[in-house]
Amino acid sequence: MDEQHHEHHHEHHHEPGFWRKYVFSVDHKVIGIQYSLTSLLFLFFGFSLMMMMRWQLAYPGQPLPWIGRLFGEANMPEGVMVPEFYNQLGAMHGTIMVFLGVVPLAVGGFGNYVLPLQIGAPDMAFPRINMASYWFLFVGGVVMLASFFLPGGAAQSGWTSYSPLANIAPVGQTAWLIGMIFLITSSLLGSINFIVTTVQLRVKGLSFFKLPFFVWAQFVTSFLLLLAFPPLEAAGVLQLMDRVAGTSFFLPSGLVVTGQPLEVSGGGNPLLWQHLFWFLAHPEVYVLILPALGIVAEVIANNTRKPLWGYRTMVYSLIFLGFMSFVVWAHHMFMTGMGTAMSTFFQATTMIISVPSVIILTALAISLWGASIRFTVPMHFALAFIPMFAIGGLTGLPLGLTASDLHLHDTYYVIGHFHYVVAPGTIFALFAGIYYWFPKVTGRMMNEKLGKLHFWLSLIFMNGVFMPMLFIGMAGVSRRLYDQTGYAHGAAVQDLTVLGSWSAWLLAVAQIPFIVNFLMSMRKREKVRSDNPWEATTLEWATPTPPPHGNFLTAPQVYRGPYEYSVPGRTADFWPQHLPEEAESPQPRPATT
Amino acid sequence: MSAEVEIPYAVKPHPVTGLFNGKFGIWLFLASEVMLFGALFSTYVLLRVGAEVWPHGYSLLNVPLATLNTFVLILSSVTMVMAWASLKMDDFRKFRLNLGATVLLAFVFLIVKAFEYGAKFEHHIHPATNTFYAIYFTLTGLHGLHVIGGILVNLYLLLPGSAMWRTEPERFTNRIECAGLYWHFVDLVWIFLFPVLYLL
Amino acid sequence: MSETAYGWWLPMNVATYGGEVDSLINVIHWIMGILFVGWGIFFFYCLIRFRRREGQKAVYQPIHARPAKYVEIGVIIAEAILLLSFSMPVWARFKGEFPAEKDALVVRVVAEQFAWNVHYPGKDGKFGRTAPQFISSSNLLGLDPDDPDGQDDINAVNQLHFPVNKPVIVRLSTKDVIHSFKIPVMRLTQDTIPGTEINIWFEADKTGQFDLACAQLCGLGHYRMRGAVSVDTPEAFAKWMEERQSEVSGTGTEY
Repeated sequence: MDEQHHEHHHEHHHEPGFWRKYVFSVDHKVIGIQYSLTSLLFLFFGFSLMMMMRWQLAYPGQPLPWIGRLFGEANMPEGVMVPEFYNQLGAMHGTIMVFLGVVPLAVGGFGNYVLPLQIGAPDMAFPRINMASYWFLFVGGVVMLASFFLPGGAAQSGWTSYSPLANIAPVGQTAWLIGMIFLITSSLLGSINFIVTTVQLRVKGLSFFKLPFFVWAQFVTSFLLLLAFPPLEAAGVLQLMDRVAGTSFFLPSGLVVTGQPLEVSGGGNPLLWQHLFWFLAHPEVYVLILPALGIVAEVIANNTRKPLWGYRTMVYSLIFLGFMSFVVWAHHMFMTGMGTAMSTFFQATTMIISVPSVIILTALAISLWGASIRFTVPMHFALAFIPMFAIGGLTGLPLGLTASDLHLHDTYYVIGHFHYVVAPGTIFALFAGIYYWFPKVTGRMMNEKLGKLHFWLSLIFMNGVFMPMLFIGMAGVSRRLYDQTGYAHGAAVQDLTVLGSWSAWLLAVAQIPFIVNFLMSMRKREKVRSDNPWEATTLEWATPTPPPHGNFLTAPQVYRGPYEYSVPGRTADFWPQHLPEEAESPQPRPATT
Repeated sequence: MSAEVEIPYAVKPHPVTGLFNGKFGIWLFLASEVMLFGALFSTYVLLRVGAEVWPHGYSLLNVPLATLNTFVLILSSVTMVMAWASLKMDDFRKFRLNLGATVLLAFVFLIVKAFEYGAKFEHHIHPATNTFYAIYFTLTGLHGLHVIGGILVNLYLLLPGSAMWRTEPERFTNRIECAGLYWHFVDLVWIFLFPVLYLL
Repeated sequence: MSETAYGWWLPMNVATYGGEVDSLINVIHWIMGILFVGWGIFFFYCLIRFRRREGQKAVYQPIHARPAKYVEIGVIIAEAILLLSFSMPVWARFKGEFPAEKDALVVRVVAEQFAWNVHYPGKDGKFGRTAPQFISSSNLLGLDPDDPDGQDDINAVNQLHFPVNKPVIVRLSTKDVIHSFKIPVMRLTQDTIPGTEINIWFEADKTGQFDLACAQLCGLGHYRMRGAVSVDTPEAFAKWMEERQSEVSGTGTEY
């Protein structure tokens, strides 16, 4: 990078080389695409880990056909999974899906690409830090993948890495901690960038309450990442010290492991890890959902052809939700021996936090009233998000109350609950976003028929995987069991488990139309006939397609709110934010590539 | 590098926030650092409250040396501010002297720290010895890493980076201001660390 | 031996307070169901009535949605009731209202990778002192061989027997990592945290054979950390205890 470059307005006559343009670019759009492609690959990989686990769950002790022997004698002798490998798959599935899949796609991918465009900015406030944040993610991802090949395998103590189990686990856990430090650094750098960009780089006329809800969602998410991750980083350092330097931050004295006393000083507290971990991990789940709410809001506004209902209320709810997310964390710890005072506090805050979520979801639903609904492919996913997220949110209620959590804690009910929120919830929203913004990024529309096929199959099989889990959990089956059939209550629901496994494998097959559509559409000859094919109002659609370096040919100015659709007295049913008052209704402009 | 886009308010402050981007960014970074050290201080509290016995820091650690280090860091914060002020007053020479003094004082801090650590290791006292030492080494160690980070940044700004003074003086001054804010934070963490670990 | 009923919903309940837990679970799910169906009806109505078609335009400012505000307030009130009237009393009773020790069977359960050491105090009713340094493969509890109180102690590994209609106090601890003591038919889950001893209580009102599961990932054997829970008639329990007592050799020999 050229520090001595002092002619900012100097025209650049030479094109950057391949590496500077596509690999080490500081352009937020390239970085957004890098994040998106990387995270999509990790999502597929993390999903594959789960598909293997589902074989063991459905057919315990059976060799995995065809590919079972590929995983080596240590992991799958004769093609039969060993419990340690099952635990590795479980821990890494969670870790990869959350930290290398969903968040990098939702924040690093969508946030990076769309946010500067939606605020009229030429790029992020710190383009080089933006690039750095991607490469930290990349290195973290490599470390996580490489950990599978370490002696003893990858981390296998759950994505939650509870001590003391994580302290005595094989070296893969150390790799996990190192990988997390890279991933956390990536997030911190990114969150600083997003906040400064949103506050400082909005174009003229774009006040906070004219911002698209997507930008608000990314903005609040960034505060969560900024403030919640450091305690996990601290915890990671402490667990590293325990594992590598022999400290006892999380180890009390007197532990005896497989008959041998643990030779440590003791004096530590396992609950300290849990508090530090969940202090991040609870806000983290809001990091998983908030960008999705942002995407869904955009797609719904655009496809209902009317403003979002209760935009201001939604924004206030978002801010309140962000704040509340910091004070509910110990609801993950209700069964650790917590007394009545502390549990009352956290039950109360957990009940309270459901209020803004309900408000936002209700506002999105009410936005459908009086609409003119276009059932585009993005709209299919955005609409399905609403009831799916509702199931996820509602199933949180019995978990958030201690007396019902007594039975449901750490069962499949929990897995069903959070997967409803993140799988047919967030991931559906991310699909909506991909289908929605694909034409802006590539200049082509994705195929509609394949998109609808992808949608219907995914919807059916997502429910096939996760609805049974709610029943399996209610029946009392704990999570993270290599084989549940040893228990009477586990055997009683084995049929549901098999149903879930087949649904998962079919869900994978259902992604084929998406992958084919994605790859084919990128290269197809037919291009969009307009820079704004969805006839949207927000600023990203005011750029050429795809947006050039610097995004806008001239900096736009904003004259109105983000969702001025079907404004009475105007001929067109949408009124872009950047068009001056006197301008004519927009005509479809030919795409400029 | 080529194909660089001009970012608004990279140098001139934003009319509403009154901040240039970097200053806003560094404040946010410091907020996250507060959470990081806050988590470690909370760890200290939790471990101490839960312990049957907990030694007094002054009985185990070298208070005079740490007191010296406290003054060293405070002085280095003063020279850091003066470095920035010198640039504001267009005095590049004074800037060099002051930033150089800051880096020197930071090295003094590290040397004293190395001495402290060395003395402990010689007596076979390590982080693993007990939880008091564990949190002592972790807190001061992480702080020390932050000091090293600050030294690297300041050295860069003092030496190769200072060439920017000739071409973009305002942007360079802003960088010194940001580095200064970071440095004051490092100093502030020590102001908390010292009494908590050494005096209580 | 009575039959156990495990199905696709709640297992049979044999705990005295289990009914209250079940009430809460059922009430919550009714509320969830009503909300979901209500929202769902509204949702599908909108999808059909407001689908884009010839001549139909969206309305810029459609409704004030006062009903939504009432629903929201209703939800808040419902949650407050659930919390204050249902959850908190049950939890407070579970955590705070322990039966008197003289009226209860007191048992220690020491979890380890991958078994449940069920420590009965024996005829003298006193637990022998335990310490990590005494732990061996023949003395899983780590009973102090010099402590007279421990001479008659019993370690029924993976076997938890207790009489019906009598409160049981369990003192939970663990030797190594976090485990979790879970008996689904008792609606009971309690983590065992290294370095602590956590007390819980329960009382069964039906006899039968049930499962004790480990409910917190504890390593490769987590899935097979199963204990057999036997709720016996008083006579059967007494007989079982006598059999165990006769096998004891002074170091808490396991059954």
